[in-house]
Amino acid sequence: MNAASILHPVLAVALAPLLPGVINRTKAFFAGRRGPPLLQAYFDLWKLFRKGATYSRTTTWIFRAGPIVNFACLLAALMVLPLGRVPAPLAFAGDFILLAYLLGLGRFFTVVAALDTGSSFEGMGASREVQFATFAEPALLVGLAALARQAQDLSLSAMYAGLSAAVWSQALPLLALVAAGFFVLYLSENCRMPVDDPNTHLELTMVHEVMVLDHGGVDFGFVQWAAAVKLWVLGALVVGLFPPGATGRPLADLAAGLAGLLVLAIATGAVESCLARVRLLRVPQLLVGAGVLCALGLLLTFR
Amino acid sequence: MNNALDMLLVFLVLTDLVLLGSSRLRNAIRIAALQGLMLGLLPLLAHGHGFGWSAVLLGAGSALLKGFVFPSLLNRALRETNARREIEPLVGYVASLLIGMGALALSFGFGARLPLPWPAPSQWLVPAGLFTVWTGLFLIVARRKAITQVLGYVVLENGIFALGMVLVEAMPLLVELGVLLDVFVAVFVMGIIVFHINREFDHIDVDQLRALKEPAP
Amino acid sequence: MPAQGSMLLFVLLGAVGLLGASGAASVFAGGRSERWSVRLGVGGAVAACLAGLGAAALALVLRADAVRTFAWNLPYGSFAVGLDPLTAFFLVPTFLLSGLAAIYAVGYFRPWHGRNPGRFWLFYNALVASMALVLLARNGVLFLVAWEAMALTSFFLVIHDDAADGVREAGWTYLVASHVGMAFLLALFFLLGRAGGSQDFAAFAAPAGSAGGLFLLALVGFGTKAGLVPFHVWLPEAHPAAPSPVSAVMSGVMIKTGIYGILRTLALLGGVPAWCAWLVLGLGAVSGLYGVLYALAQRDLKRLLAYSSVENIGIVALGVGLGMLGVCHGLPAVAALGFAGGLLHVLNHAAFKGLLFLGAGAVVHATGTRDVERLGGLLKRLPWTGAAFLAGAVAICGLPPFNGFAGEFLIYGGAFKALLGSDSVGLGGLAAVIALALIGGLAVACFARAFGIVFLGEPRTADAEQGHEAGAAMRGPMIALAAICLALGLGAGAAVRILEPAVTMLTGPAGASAGEASMTWLFPITCAALASALLAVVGALVGLRRRLLAGRPVRETVTWDCGYAAPTARMQYTATGFAQPLTQGAEVLLQPHVESRLPAGIFPAAAAFRSATGDVARHRLFDPLFRGTANLLGRLRWLQQGRVHRYVLYVVASLVALLGWALVR
Repeated sequence: MNAASILHPVLAVALAPLLPGVINRTKAFFAGRRGPPLLQAYFDLWKLFRKGATYSRTTTWIFRAGPIVNFACLLAALMVLPLGRVPAPLAFAGDFILLAYLLGLGRFFTVVAALDTGSSFEGMGASREVQFATFAEPALLVGLAALARQAQDLSLSAMYAGLSAAVWSQALPLLALVAAGFFVLYLSENCRMPVDDPNTHLELTMVHEVMVLDHGGVDFGFVQWAAAVKLWVLGALVVGLFPPGATGRPLADLAAGLAGLLVLAIATGAVESCLARVRLLRVPQLLVGAGVLCALGLLLTFR
Repeated sequence: MNNALDMLLVFLVLTDLVLLGSSRLRNAIRIAALQGLMLGLLPLLAHGHGFGWSAVLLGAGSALLKGFVFPSLLNRALRETNARREIEPLVGYVASLLIGMGALALSFGFGARLPLPWPAPSQWLVPAGLFTVWTGLFLIVARRKAITQVLGYVVLENGIFALGMVLVEAMPLLVELGVLLDVFVAVFVMGIIVFHINREFDHIDVDQLRALKEPAP
Repeated sequence: MPAQGSMLLFVLLGAVGLLGASGAASVFAGGRSERWSVRLGVGGAVAACLAGLGAAALALVLRADAVRTFAWNLPYGSFAVGLDPLTAFFLVPTFLLSGLAAIYAVGYFRPWHGRNPGRFWLFYNALVASMALVLLARNGVLFLVAWEAMALTSFFLVIHDDAADGVREAGWTYLVASHVGMAFLLALFFLLGRAGGSQDFAAFAAPAGSAGGLFLLALVGFGTKAGLVPFHVWLPEAHPAAPSPVSAVMSGVMIKTGIYGILRTLALLGGVPAWCAWLVLGLGAVSGLYGVLYALAQRDLKRLLAYSSVENIGIVALGVGLGMLGVCHGLPAVAALGFAGGLLHVLNHAAFKGLLFLGAGAVVHATGTRDVERLGGLLKRLPWTGAAFLAGAVAICGLPPFNGFAGEFLIYGGAFKALLGSDSVGLGGLAAVIALALIGGLAVACFARAFGIVFLGEPRTADAEQGHEAGAAMRGPMIALAAICLALGLGAGAAVRILEPAVTMLTGPAGASAGEASMTWLFPITCAALASALLAVVGALVGLRRRLLAGRPVRETVTWDCGYAAPTARMQYTATGFAQPLTQGAEVLLQPHVESRLPAGIFPAAAAFRSATGDVARHRLFDPLFRGTANLLGRLRWLQQGRVHRYVLYVVASLVALLGWALVR
């Protein structure tokens, strides 16, 4: 562990709202518009945190707890998350299981908070969310299992830190497959384009946005911030699979990781500009496809 | 050292998976054609050093046939029959993919255990071949449209071809050619039959051929 | 420390005796004074459970190991009882949950409506006593007697509400299942005892080459009690029919005696062939997925929980299977992690499933219905029950910081350790990982649905609207169990260390050091640190939110209804609708029975939709089997004439035949 490891979670919390800004600017560029300012997400947060609150009479404390628990889970997840060659502040065998289950806990509370409103829209979103998660979670764990088997180590930081030029040349198919699988998961877990449309706010096809329809003010601020951090967390899992290898200087590694996230955000914007949303019924197929890619990667390690 | 071969085999498996998950017939034909072309490269990569003319000829011939002749035949049948999609497969696409994943694991398991007379040029050759064979069989079993079934035969043959690469030194060229010829005839005949079935019954659902068995009372 | 072990053994036997005596006393008192009957019953149960819990915990810490044999006039039988880490470990949840459920029962059954409370307490206390005796027994005959007593007492508890619909039918199913399982166990103990020359466990020996077959007998016999698919069919019938405290004890600890039996058989047999490990692993994966998918499709809250027990037994079996795989293939770390995870999940499941059944009981008590589609909005009416149920729901999904996570984490650890190993073991690990991940995702769906539909939103019927919080006697045990769930989650490191001797018993001495190493290595920072950090962050965010909201307007209004003028509670998402995307995908397995009258025409009139999910194993496997058997045996009906002299003739004929056979031989 080093200074960069400590710095990373702090930077993640601070810089995460930049990612949606970059994505939106990229989309605007593709559409030939100027687009919102890069810092729009920060402006939104600032505005939301200075608002009062309006709650439905149907709701209970669960509704208020949902965004907070979700945000807390993502913050805790940052503790075991490496970025590129920068190891996480905490690394131990099986830490990725904790990561997956922290995401699960956040999801559980988001879902029950949605059900707390008694709104049929939010019930629909919640139902879809748990359905997609059922397919996404095995895919994530199988992909991580492939990396673990490749690295012969059960800690997330070690799996990612070990990637070097030699590994890329030797295990290219595996890493490429897992990267492809993780990219699909990154898009679906963050409700990006081929799965969900972050632009529309009241379509019956919505998944994530519809679950937070009733949240407002501070709570919605937490929701938005948490969404940005989630983008960061899953993005880091994708970015870490790509070069460059370790430079030996922690701060340079950190910079490389941040640059990677920036590139990923731009790529996300490009993908969103080029792809149409798939039909809802096809989403499980997409996620199973991601899982199959990861499983194929894993099988390639069996010889 | 044989990285290119490994990549090719991974792509072979990927095309199989796409075939399992795709509902658009045109797309599926295109993927099968791609698979055929890739297999044309296989003899060259599998026996990179000192390959004989037979390997080159075999590769080129099969690539030509599977990459261009079959697809055009099938596309023609598709145009005639106006079938675009496999609407109601017997096994759903998600289930197909999941079953495919299990079959893939089994193929890798078998591939490791299969006693081979010669060391295979790549450890993934046998599993990939087995899985391709399995995909072909599965397509034949689990889909309704005649075209997908023909496609299944083509994929099956692709798998046999890939497996044959292990034995290319022992397996007489003639056998391989014979299989290829069989499939060629099969595709040809099926293409014609599909066309006629369609003209006669207005659909190409194999499932409904049962009706031919006995005239309805 | 044999002296201490014997002391503890006496304390435990005393607890068993106290349970029996207090149950009987309760019946006799019940004729005169209802109050005294309850006092005697619950007092005896709680006192015995406290003493038993203390002794068992002490035995675990001291690693007591003792066997005592008492004289007993039964052929082949001796009253041999013993205490070792495995027994002590299973005794802990048994006494813990039974004691809490006894307190809960006081509130649950009040008022007794003139019925003798002893009728309940006799069987309840005897059930707890027989469970303890099953765990303590070191003689085949004693074990089977205790096992049968456990089955019978729980049968009488299941049919406690014998006037209600379907209860007797459920009891019947349970009785049949119990005895089918018992038949396999009789065969198992007969074969083991014949080879060893005595029914004492110490003398048991497996004939050469028969370990696999014997293990198979144990797997069917004990698996029926544990609820492994396809022998689980009695669970979803008996658990909803039984009164809730009984369901809690049955699901939380009684079915675990099946797991205990499998583990004890493993220890007795010494070693089993590798295919047994694969079989257990496969059964575990199948049970887990089957259970959670069926749980997702249920409308009856307690039936849902019963299927979820099948799921959790599957998870335990996955752990045990990994452990066996590790032993067979000489991978001590895999073995230690698998067994440790399985055992820890046994303890955890007792806590959260007990809690959930008690919570479901409170809901039934308050609203009079178990149908989740008729509930809703109960968190406002039953705040304590709701909060406790939420804790149980989070725990059973295996989410941190509750205890479910710790057990599943260890099983995952074993699976990933296996995955790093050689090819075939690696594939086993991969299968376990995929199964666990799928089960985890589906469990989140299932319990978000159960909690969300029952406790959140608006009440769907008047029943739900008039719900009221449970009394103190019911609330206390639920809150205690929720606290235990959290404590076991935060103190997982300590829990693992305590169950280590039990794990060592199963892995053999080779596994001890490697297991210890890999466990401390897997818990370098205990779960406690991380989970506490999570709670701290939540606290900080709550504070931040309060600061931000201070001085700002906070208003209340209706849920945003997208401009619709007349929303009603019935327009909320239903439980069936919530699960539909997932259950539809699993239609092949679930085979729901659907009746629908879809709206037709431009101005559709009435429409209707009804769906019900039976159990495919019951309908497709056991029903035809039993029908076939009944048909077959029906042909012998002519033997039964109802005339005594005929029957005497049969007796004479069979005696003569036996005599002849004996002479000829």
